[in-house]
Amino acid sequence: MIAKEAVEQAAYEIMFKAGIDIPDDYLAGIKKMASAEDGDLSAFVLEAMLENYEAAKEDRRPMCADTGVPRYYVKAGNEAKLEGGFIALEESLRSATARATHDIPLRPNRVHPLWRTDHNNNIGINAPEIEYSFEPDADWVDITTVHKGGLFGTDYRMLFPGDGIDGIKRFFLDGMIAFGKRGLACQPAIVGVGLGGSKDTCMVLGKQAACLRTVGDRNPDPKIAALELELQELGNSIGMGAMGFVGKSMVVDCHIEVGYTHTGGMPMSLHAFCLSSRRATVRLHADGRKEFRTDPNWFTPYMRRETVSWEMPASAKRSA
Amino acid sequence: MGNARERKTVRLKTPVSDADLAGLELGDVVYLDGLIYTAREGVYKKVLQDGEAPPVDFADLTNVNFHCSPAAAVEADGSLRVSAVTATASFRFSKWMKDWFAASGAKLIVGKGGMSEEDYKNLFVPAGAVYLTTVGYGTGALLGRGIKNVRAAHWLDELGIAQAMWVLEVEKFGPLLVESDLQGNSLFERNNREINAGIEKLYEGLKKPSLQRYGETDDREQELI
Repeated sequence: MIAKEAVEQAAYEIMFKAGIDIPDDYLAGIKKMASAEDGDLSAFVLEAMLENYEAAKEDRRPMCADTGVPRYYVKAGNEAKLEGGFIALEESLRSATARATHDIPLRPNRVHPLWRTDHNNNIGINAPEIEYSFEPDADWVDITTVHKGGLFGTDYRMLFPGDGIDGIKRFFLDGMIAFGKRGLACQPAIVGVGLGGSKDTCMVLGKQAACLRTVGDRNPDPKIAALELELQELGNSIGMGAMGFVGKSMVVDCHIEVGYTHTGGMPMSLHAFCLSSRRATVRLHADGRKEFRTDPNWFTPYMRRETVSWEMPASAKRSA
Repeated sequence: MGNARERKTVRLKTPVSDADLAGLELGDVVYLDGLIYTAREGVYKKVLQDGEAPPVDFADLTNVNFHCSPAAAVEADGSLRVSAVTATASFRFSKWMKDWFAASGAKLIVGKGGMSEEDYKNLFVPAGAVYLTTVGYGTGALLGRGIKNVRAAHWLDELGIAQAMWVLEVEKFGPLLVESDLQGNSLFERNNREINAGIEKLYEGLKKPSLQRYGETDDREQELI
């Protein structure tokens, strides 16, 4: 049984880690881009950001004051038992959000869309979002939080099968150029692409691809993996770098996730995470242990299954 | 790497003087010392639209307006704690700037993303004002370090933490980049022009979309801000 109090405390702790500590995979990606950047201003910006990550860690203050709209991704093992069930879990996540907003502090960004009511704790109707997935043969619960800004860098388009890979590239370029100017996409960023599903699924998949996969991770389908690298290269060939200055640092990595879609369409969504890619995960075990990490490991083989029933392939058993 | 470390760097004391601003060139790195205040649509609306008296006398305070919402908390004893600060996108406030310059005497706008060259020429140049952009975005921890004291947060109850007018004592507050000069030139637009020249070639060989969509433009040089 995973105690309710343990859930609340762990969620509170990952809020600090996400807001303050830049994940190692992303940091390494930015360092690599900084050393390769030949645009003077873009290089200056990347150096300043590297300094900023250090300052955040040293001072234990958020790396960016736009601490985004904090949200959670919960992956529950099929055998996991939660004290008080999922209603208690949701209460814990809301409580942790409110406490962390004051204690870190995070910016209380969440307001009612019409009345602009601000509870000053990032809690409200449908806030924070909590998304769920499940994992077979496991008794743990993973909780991931992501702090991502919300105004720019995301778009959706209904493409058609006839548009093909060219249509994907065209929309990718359109989005990168439009949001990249003046650096509104807060690039270089991890760019997530959702392909397929219905419109809402397409948006969700792209967002998760941007926020829940690490730099260097590749889609298990080799052709999709190749397209990820191709889009990354395309983004970095626009001639634009950090803050929209002349350069080549746009896309730290590109992640594509797919969902079976309507036979007549090929919906696509595009999501740029930001220069402060903030995510942190905790695994809560039934025996009370908790383990922190920065790789959410969200897209498991089970998540990407194609068949009616699930039987874990031998090749995937090691990661369980 | 380029000569990222060789940029001209300037420290300015607030309130900034006309001579300080005249010496700034696009792309210079600036650090501020002294007092700055935050004001965005909440404050602009109160003063310029609702006609409320500003809570401070700007002439005695500072002429630096920061487009910002801090990550801040109000403690149980009423004390104020600012942790990280980053700017918010400034071009949304363009419609307020002419009257704000007149009402506040602001000479330096610090924000995110700048404004259009047209705004600089029409609004900033007549006011003798210059725009500095934050870097990143954003270097929230570095800017937070530069805040030495929170002198006041006006209209906190009415406008909330994000929109209140924060008066901040800063030291080596930066890095900031000079985005506009006294002639109304823009660093962003200068870079845009260079980048735009190569955009058509990126689309070469990609077939046209099978359907034209409402609201789509094929003009890649158009800036959608």
